[in-house]
Amino acid sequence: MEWEAVIGLEIHAQLATKSKIFSGASTAFGAEPNTQACAVDLALPGTLPVFNEEALRMAVKFGLAVDAEIGRKSVFDRKNYFYPDLPKGYQTSQLFHPIVGIGHIDITLEDGTNKRIGVTRAHLEEDAGKSLHDEFPGMTGIDLNRAGTPLLEIVSEPDMRSAEEAVAYVRKIHSIVTSLGICDGNMAEGSFRCDCNVSIRPKGQEEFGPRTETKNINSFRFIEKAILGEIDRQIDLVEDGGQVIQATRLYDADKNETRSMRSKEEANDYRYFPCPDLLPIVIDEDYIEAVRATLPELPDARKARFINEYKLSEYDAMVLSGDHHTADYFETVANAASDAKIAANWVMGELSKMLNQNDTHIKDSPVTAEQLGGLLERIKDDTISGKIAKQVFEVMWSDGGSADEIIEAKGLKQVTDSGAIEKIVDEVIANNSAQVDQYINAEPDKRGKMIGFFMGQVMKASQGKANPGQVQGMLKQKLDALVS
Amino acid sequence: MSLDRTDVDKIAHLARLQIEEQDTPEYAQNLSNILDLVDQMQAIDTTDVSPMAHPLDAVQRLRSDLITEENQRENLQSVAPAVENGLFLVPKVIE
Repeated sequence: MEWEAVIGLEIHAQLATKSKIFSGASTAFGAEPNTQACAVDLALPGTLPVFNEEALRMAVKFGLAVDAEIGRKSVFDRKNYFYPDLPKGYQTSQLFHPIVGIGHIDITLEDGTNKRIGVTRAHLEEDAGKSLHDEFPGMTGIDLNRAGTPLLEIVSEPDMRSAEEAVAYVRKIHSIVTSLGICDGNMAEGSFRCDCNVSIRPKGQEEFGPRTETKNINSFRFIEKAILGEIDRQIDLVEDGGQVIQATRLYDADKNETRSMRSKEEANDYRYFPCPDLLPIVIDEDYIEAVRATLPELPDARKARFINEYKLSEYDAMVLSGDHHTADYFETVANAASDAKIAANWVMGELSKMLNQNDTHIKDSPVTAEQLGGLLERIKDDTISGKIAKQVFEVMWSDGGSADEIIEAKGLKQVTDSGAIEKIVDEVIANNSAQVDQYINAEPDKRGKMIGFFMGQVMKASQGKANPGQVQGMLKQKLDALVS
Repeated sequence: MSLDRTDVDKIAHLARLQIEEQDTPEYAQNLSNILDLVDQMQAIDTTDVSPMAHPLDAVQRLRSDLITEENQRENLQSVAPAVENGLFLVPKVIE
């Protein structure tokens, strides 16, 4: 039987506020345990929450970016459950009246097709603390620094049909929240996490099968692997006569499999009700329009502009606009070098290769966009060849310095003096008489290819510094003169 | 509406309350009385009344995004039953 997967995603994006959603404690990552957990975060008796206006503004920004209805009146609810990482005994969340209603985004798949994915809602809530289970025998250590960090939970429609679509959706949401500056997007630190709801059904069937939810996956690669694995698991199960049980599963990255965490049948009854400690949040048209006016250029618009303004291919534009740090970097390089094509090639080629090798994000690149732009300028004005530029780039990466400084210090300036080039060309012709004879005796249409050998010799002899265009012209002229 | 023992046990479990078995019938009776009162209120026609999120007809005031809290860990942990390396210790929670 042919099966179809149905995938819906819940993304938790930590909002990049300085202080917590309901208290004035810092949200900075990596502090000593419990040094950023105040009386409100600890739920000491008598404390009351006060809502952070920046968290509201950020949520509205997101809503506008995904073309969603903004809740004019949104309400906080209590989601009741007992777990020590949440000392209040409930999580303050929004169930009935979320801040962001129905919206949508468009994703582009590898084959170039576009698909619209619905965003059901996005609501504000507080993060919980962290539990450390392994350090103390018989006890669990609790760090409440993260408790009360504002989260935007973004819930999708079950519109995705493959792991590829799901990853494209997550990447797009990631790109939107980071471009908006409302989330740092750091998946390794847990600022951006994803729960995947997966079910299967026979192709053509309308109703959904029972779904499983895989929690807290924190890398794009794991999302893909977890979904692929879960789809296979469910198909195998059903084809062997079993049944998918609605359950929460955990993804184990080491084993690349999901395992059951708890079954939903014995699920908690969260007993949601409006939080009596918080009043409804009411916003008006003026507020929404004021926020709209602060929206930056969003990834889709930027991609379109890259195609129009810089004449980039669809693919290059997509890669370069996907992350706003990359997009900013590319634009700076392109403007410095006054050449978008070469800038795109270098950002996606050499730079990206070095960043990957060194596991560095482009925002921390040791070679700045200005430095790289300066280097590309020197290729454009024939000071150096593309090949030498790669050497300069490597020096730039490890030791710093501008292109001009490195070219000067290492004596890498391209030789364009035709006298000097001619001298090398003559030597190469004189030292390779066998190849010269072959050239002379070859069919005329084969000779073009054979020049490559001499080119290689000349470039080697000049340590890569001879201007390749000049060398080529001179070789052809001199060799052809020998033919007659 | 009346609750039986199992309802009371379930509610107690969700609320993490330990109750004595001999008290269960009384709790069931008391809780049922409350629900009866709710039933009585449900009889009122509220078709044209929109639900309130809060008994006060007021709007949430917002706070500026400023860090106003200092580290008070020592103070706050002085009342905790068990603390180690800056962490609160609780009986082992296993998922």
